[in-house]
Amino acid sequence: MNRVLGDWRAVTTLLGPALLVYTLVMLVPIFWSLGYTVFEGNPIIGFTYVGWDNIAALFTDPKVADALVFTIKYAVVLTIGQVLVGYLLSLLYVFWLKKASGLIRTLVFFPVVLPTVAVALLFQALFAIAPQIGPVNSLLNLVGIDSIDWFASGATAFWVIVIMDIWRSMGFYAVLLYAGLVDIPEELFESARIDGASGWRLVRHIVIPLSLPVLFSSIIFSINGTLKVFDSVLALTNGGPGNTTTPLTLYMYQTSFTYGEYGYGSSIALLLTILCLLVTLFIFRSSRRDLTKG
Amino acid sequence: MTHTTTLDTVARPSVQAPAPEQRSRARWLRRVPGWVVVTLLMIAVVYPLFWLLTGSFKTQNEFLNNPTWALPEDWTNLDNYIEAFTTGNLGTYIKNSVLATLPALFFTIVFGVAAGFALEVMVWKGRGTVLLLFLAGIMVPGQMILLPLFTIYFQTGLTGSLWPLIITYTAIGLPLTVFMMATFFRGVPREIFEAATLDGASIYRQFWSIGFPMVKNAIFTVALVQFFFIWNDLLIALTFTNRDDLRTIQVGLLNFTGQFGQVQYGPTFAAVCVNVFGTLVIYLFLNQRVMKGMTAGAVKG
Repeated sequence: MNRVLGDWRAVTTLLGPALLVYTLVMLVPIFWSLGYTVFEGNPIIGFTYVGWDNIAALFTDPKVADALVFTIKYAVVLTIGQVLVGYLLSLLYVFWLKKASGLIRTLVFFPVVLPTVAVALLFQALFAIAPQIGPVNSLLNLVGIDSIDWFASGATAFWVIVIMDIWRSMGFYAVLLYAGLVDIPEELFESARIDGASGWRLVRHIVIPLSLPVLFSSIIFSINGTLKVFDSVLALTNGGPGNTTTPLTLYMYQTSFTYGEYGYGSSIALLLTILCLLVTLFIFRSSRRDLTKG
Repeated sequence: MTHTTTLDTVARPSVQAPAPEQRSRARWLRRVPGWVVVTLLMIAVVYPLFWLLTGSFKTQNEFLNNPTWALPEDWTNLDNYIEAFTTGNLGTYIKNSVLATLPALFFTIVFGVAAGFALEVMVWKGRGTVLLLFLAGIMVPGQMILLPLFTIYFQTGLTGSLWPLIITYTAIGLPLTVFMMATFFRGVPREIFEAATLDGASIYRQFWSIGFPMVKNAIFTVALVQFFFIWNDLLIALTFTNRDDLRTIQVGLLNFTGQFGQVQYGPTFAAVCVNVFGTLVIYLFLNQRVMKGMTAGAVKG
């Protein structure tokens, strides 16, 4: 049996290409990038050894602090936003629309597959003030509020990014959480109803506790993605005005390609990777603890 | 839910029910807030896209002088689309996207399916470790590999072609593909492969004639998910396209406003429309699979 299913030559042939490409294009560059952190320069002008200077600079550079704060703020706000909206939608699907939810589920999911750049350009126009007053400002005018120049300040631009990304992703989280809710055995609702639970009490004491596992994996998935936000910010605000909406990913990109500082860029990338790693480890540890508790 | 309704009907005769029309009216009123929510939701999802479509038919004059929600004066005005394809080079961008996406998709799927088979069906020491190694790749941000790759492509002279995109997309797509394929192969009963071995089938034959057909549907789903990831990518495409004629549709679109100057709204709307409604065509036919595949890829967390 194992002579065939454990044939080393076959393993090499089947696994080889994938492992080779993966190693050369992902694993090797990860360590290569680590090596860059002790250099200054880029492949065109050459590299000079600077030791720990780049890493040390991370701690004193106010732009890194700003970018780190923005990244975390965005990840927290968006994770709460998209999982919450997605959860409310999934409750709507399961308890309100029931069997009729198919079409609406499909429709709300559609923005998920749309190219981020296209969505960002659309939202730029939706929130525009010039040359034409966009629909959002027109709506505000209608209820008597003056037009807001959404992209003129970091605070308002941040909310446009958040609104856009929730619009883009709510259908995804709704379907993800819907799948979790559908898996809850019908009998549990039944017995709770017979015991007199209904509406909000049913949701709080039956639905939420039972959907915790899938809520939890949604949150993990969301944090993992939102820490790496790049496309939406680049296409919508390009980090501006100033650097008020610049996450670590974009700051790394600008440092490396606008200013040609590969060493410092790699250091920022390392900071980002460590952040992702820490969050992943933290989540896995806390989830394991919960599991042992019962 | 069926249980509830049967319970209701059983319970009804014993309880003195209010007049039927009053009952149905109360029930109808209770449902109103829900329908308001659903309607608002539909407006929030559909209206921006509809507004985008109307914008693509508007002239510059309409943009500047008519209110924003006004419908286009001439629904057959295709000038914006013509402008997007001629001055905007939209055709070249779409061609580049296709030329980068399809080969990358092909390699990711072929390599990923074979690796998934080797990691899940075949029995050898260390396969768990290799699977974990692939899994680790899902977490690493793209920024971490960007600079070394740029150097490699620059040194090997690949810069200036679409190969950097194809190679990078293949590698980045592998972790998720391998992981999802391994999961699908796990669902195939082991006895099938053991029986085939006893019948004397070679491992390659088992892969090609048994494993592959059994996960064919899954492969299609994974390919669909990867297609959207690659097609919609911005980071890799932006980094490795150094000339205008190599730009993919996403990078091209990003520079679109720049090409026309800020005020030329019409062609930008038309180009975004092509991008959005092109995706819609695929989604129209395959939405159930897309939804299933995308969420299956997420549960890995």
